[in-house]
Amino acid sequence: MAESDNIVVETAEKIFADLADPQTVNNDKKDTWQAPLWQALSEAGLPLSWVPDDLGGSGASLADGFALLNAAGRFAVAVPLAETMLAGWLLAQAKIASPEGEMTVLPASPKDRITRDADGALSGRARGVPFAKAAKHFAVLAHGKDGASIALVDASKGRIETGLNVGYDHSDTVTLDKVQPLTIRSAPSGFDQTTMMLMGGVARSLQIAGALESMLDISVRYSNERVAFEKKISKFQAVQHNLARLAGESAAALAAATSAADAIANAKSFNDEVYLEAASAKIRCAEAAEKGGAIAHQVHGAIGFTLEHILHRYSLRALAWRDDFGSESHWAVELGKLVANRGADELWPLVASR
Amino acid sequence: MTAALRFDPIRLPEKCEQLRKEVRAFLAEEIAAGTFDPHKPNREDTDAPEFSRRVGAKGWLGMTWPKKYGGQERSFLERYVVTEEMRVANAPTRRFFVADRQSGPVLIKYAPEHIKMDILPRICRGEICFAIGMSEPNSGSDLFAAKTRATKADGGYLINGTKIWTSSAHIADYMIAIFRTSQPTKENRRHGLTQFLVKMKQPGIQVNPIGQITGQYEFNEVVFTDFFVPDDHVLGEVDGAWKQATSELAYERSGPERFLETYYVLTELVRAVGPNPDTRSAEGIGRLVAQLHTMRRMSVSVAGMLQAGKEPVVEASIVKDIGTVWEQQLPHRVRDLAAFVEETATNRETLERQLDFAIKTAPKLTIQGGTTEVLRGIIARGLGLR
Repeated sequence: MAESDNIVVETAEKIFADLADPQTVNNDKKDTWQAPLWQALSEAGLPLSWVPDDLGGSGASLADGFALLNAAGRFAVAVPLAETMLAGWLLAQAKIASPEGEMTVLPASPKDRITRDADGALSGRARGVPFAKAAKHFAVLAHGKDGASIALVDASKGRIETGLNVGYDHSDTVTLDKVQPLTIRSAPSGFDQTTMMLMGGVARSLQIAGALESMLDISVRYSNERVAFEKKISKFQAVQHNLARLAGESAAALAAATSAADAIANAKSFNDEVYLEAASAKIRCAEAAEKGGAIAHQVHGAIGFTLEHILHRYSLRALAWRDDFGSESHWAVELGKLVANRGADELWPLVASR
Repeated sequence: MTAALRFDPIRLPEKCEQLRKEVRAFLAEEIAAGTFDPHKPNREDTDAPEFSRRVGAKGWLGMTWPKKYGGQERSFLERYVVTEEMRVANAPTRRFFVADRQSGPVLIKYAPEHIKMDILPRICRGEICFAIGMSEPNSGSDLFAAKTRATKADGGYLINGTKIWTSSAHIADYMIAIFRTSQPTKENRRHGLTQFLVKMKQPGIQVNPIGQITGQYEFNEVVFTDFFVPDDHVLGEVDGAWKQATSELAYERSGPERFLETYYVLTELVRAVGPNPDTRSAEGIGRLVAQLHTMRRMSVSVAGMLQAGKEPVVEASIVKDIGTVWEQQLPHRVRDLAAFVEETATNRETLERQLDFAIKTAPKLTIQGGTTEVLRGIIARGLGLR
């Protein structure tokens, strides 16, 4: 099956295959793969896919960008591609041009808030910010007395406490203390932190779905190679049924994520229907990361538990991505409140809206 | 190249939304007229012949079939909308559901023209009911172990043997069944079964109702004794039913009925918790809605594949596997959350009565129409493991 007929994804997949092969990356203890990969992605204009030409980007469609993130998930790409894309997208909402280099977004959790005081300085703490340490700039959503603003901030102006998520990628705490942004503008009307979290959540959903696709592939392949009790383990019905369940989880994640991406790419606003799509994608993909990842590990046995094997590059990242831009339990509570608030007889019309 | 299955997002076209409004308006009228109570899935009489005729008169049966057979030549997506709205409203679809979903398409593919011209328009008018004769006392999931014999006679076949777990056989006008016409061969154990159209309610057929653990009598034992079926009632290739079974499965297994059978308890739970749920209820409802939404989007996507002329057998198996496991667990998850519903909730009794029935219904959902184990075998085959 053709992964995609779109040029953005084709370009990205070629770069990933050449410079981010999971086995090569996994063997490289010094991370020498990172710089050439980022350079190739930048030269192809991919990190600024969602930034229009006149703001310094490559002006790809939302749909192409989402497909790119899915491909990045299939390679478990561990550079701030998704983060820079989201940052560029956020800045473009306020018509702020994107600079070159790595970026990330803050806040990255629905619980954290950055505030803007009367003279435009930004303050607040954002936890779990992906790749903050690698970022040259932050795209920030801040709240002041007169509503939400979007700002571009020099990353060196923030205080960064580094940390790692369960996938061994940077997930840092960023503190801004009366930081003057490089640029700041009002967010468009109706744009708020929930919008930003939903967008980030759908990006992570596509990455999780991609990681699950690869977990399914390598698990099927391994089961056809590994012999136990004098036959390939793929011939045991118990193993077959586990892999069938993994295929189901992978398919569900991909369906939820691509449906949400399609909804956002074609939406005029973030209404209840888009909210259902985006929140559901994050919830269902996070559940699939847990259930599907567990099966992939079960099929691989001890070898999949080693640092030498590439499985953990997918399984742990998929689990880590659950935490960014609102966990599944956060979105479940919010979606449950929305549904309850609309009332029992409005549930089905919402579900059947697309 | 990846083993993963893609379910492309389908946006239902505008005409589907127009149709949805018409179906909702029709169902609201039927409810107002007292045809059925949407809050009572466990009513005694699930067979509603007059309702069936009114649905037919709307043009909502056989909607994807050729016009010369009484169909509307509309899309699978339009049929999908009608099916899901009927299901969510708990409408009494028993009389026409099987004929519309799978018996009609089998006839269109394999029956002689004069039979199609006779039977299909009557299905479209909602006049006749179909049953499916697959399982036998010693042949359930292992379809190709069927023993009921069809012995060649002058101008047709004589049928002897027993079908079992046959839903709606007690009201059905016709059955599409598989019978043994030859012994299996060494090379192919699936060889030797033939698909037949059987006219019910005749001497030589005895239908014995079987009580189910829900208290209902929906399935039956059907005993054939020297029952005559004419030659022109053979559907497709003699001894070759195994070649014909697979494409049917994509229709049978991917529809909204594969995850909505216990849906009513979720609606009622939302009503019971009210507009300001506590965190526990909110999270529980949110997860269930996210899971439901995802399955529906997968199921709609399969309808899109059918519309595009594909045979998404593996995709349909995934929808049915995930969907039936979900609808089986749903009443139990709702029960967990209902334990915290205020005593004063006005619909508390309705919810409890519904839960009672849904919990009794749940065990069958992962068995009927292809067990979970059979489905996972099909998915594993699709992954290249078998």
